[in-house]
Amino acid sequence: MATDTLDHSVDHDGHHNETTDWNGGNEPWRASYGKLMMWYFLVSDAFTFAGFLIAYGTLRVMSPSWPVADFVFSTAPFNNLGLGHGVPLPLIFVTFMSFLLILSSVTMVRAVQEGHRENKDGVAYWMLLTIIGGAGFLGCQAWEWSNLIWTENMTVTINPFGTHTEKGVYLNADGTESTDVFKPGQGYLLHMAGAHHGDDHHEGPHYESTPGDYKGYAVNEGGFILKKYKVTEGENAGKVMSEVHGPRAFGGLFFFITGFHGFHVFSGVVFLIIIMLNVMSGVYEKRKNGYEMVEKIGLYWHFVDLVWVFVFLVFYLL
Amino acid sequence: MSSHSYEESIKLVYKGMWFLAAVTLIEVFFSLLGKGHIVAGWEDNYIVGYSTAFIIAVLSIYKAYFIIYEFMHMRYEAKGMAMSVLLPTGLLIWAVIAFFQEGNSWKERNDKIDNMNNGKFEQMAPKKESFNAKDTKVMDKF
Repeated sequence: MATDTLDHSVDHDGHHNETTDWNGGNEPWRASYGKLMMWYFLVSDAFTFAGFLIAYGTLRVMSPSWPVADFVFSTAPFNNLGLGHGVPLPLIFVTFMSFLLILSSVTMVRAVQEGHRENKDGVAYWMLLTIIGGAGFLGCQAWEWSNLIWTENMTVTINPFGTHTEKGVYLNADGTESTDVFKPGQGYLLHMAGAHHGDDHHEGPHYESTPGDYKGYAVNEGGFILKKYKVTEGENAGKVMSEVHGPRAFGGLFFFITGFHGFHVFSGVVFLIIIMLNVMSGVYEKRKNGYEMVEKIGLYWHFVDLVWVFVFLVFYLL
Repeated sequence: MSSHSYEESIKLVYKGMWFLAAVTLIEVFFSLLGKGHIVAGWEDNYIVGYSTAFIIAVLSIYKAYFIIYEFMHMRYEAKGMAMSVLLPTGLLIWAVIAFFQEGNSWKERNDKIDNMNNGKFEQMAPKKESFNAKDTKVMDKF
């Protein structure tokens, strides 16, 4: 690194030579001010994200049930567009999103490496690929969000994803028992009454759209169809009940946590573009410090990837 | 960084890419395994559930370590600097454990209060005439 040659007061293990330490011009820990401060910014950011994710974990642990991730996130653009219509693809799309971020992290490392060689064109080229990766991730997230908001009707305060806690069998719309059985831990999605969604608008039964209690289902004030079912096992066996909304906190947690991460990706892309333009116009070439600015934005970009590892873990995998 | 030649370090980067992609695929595999998508019925076995969750968590932490040490070059930084970043962040593990404990305690209290309210354990069952979301007691608390 270029900074190594500037600083002779620090030996190989980072120990200081005390006679020159206080004369100024030294870089403690062999890291420049900017790089050090980037690290500490990332530490503070890690605490913010940890706060979010710990809140998610705590609320999840305290809830009697929680939406099943592989059921909630089982859609992808291609299975809504006719290819394998209605076939659940659990976690496939979000795995693809993870690959995009990993790839953009790799291209970022390459940009930093070319920076150390003072290869201007190389830095710009690999930064451009990184920007494309980041923008691709944002596009995927935009699709995921709009699918959840407009197709599945999830908002910050309304969660249509519920989970069964008992064994039972659904009733048909006319109140007779169907053959559709379920078991505890199985997820369900509440559909909007009157909306054309999923498989229901082809040959599905007709549901009233005004709120009220009907034979095989109910429609609540929010316009959601709450299908009725008969419990077949346990202390409520034989009782007819209707579906309920899932834990209300889920929507808020999802949109705030993935939104906060997405905002980090977005600002990262903006900074990458600015720095790439600076690279191309030769701003960092003149500084002769091995493109340290690229290294700093690289730290930030890897951090965004790092946070996604944990968002991916707690939201989608567990 | 400085100890490798240019060609070597490029090779290392692509190795890292395949490594991260492979670990991610393994994680997804274990996640789907624990949720019964690969072997039907396994989602009901809580031992499978806990062990897959544990494996996934360990793999994620390993991925994080790899990104920090290789991609962010923490391996090549001075030890004091690495510690000043990693030690405070490591304290979060304590926070995670403490808040899981806390969440569990909240759940137990909620269940207890519901039992006392209803005279018995009936947390998921709305009364027949109350089908509105606002009437389902437990779900409304959060």
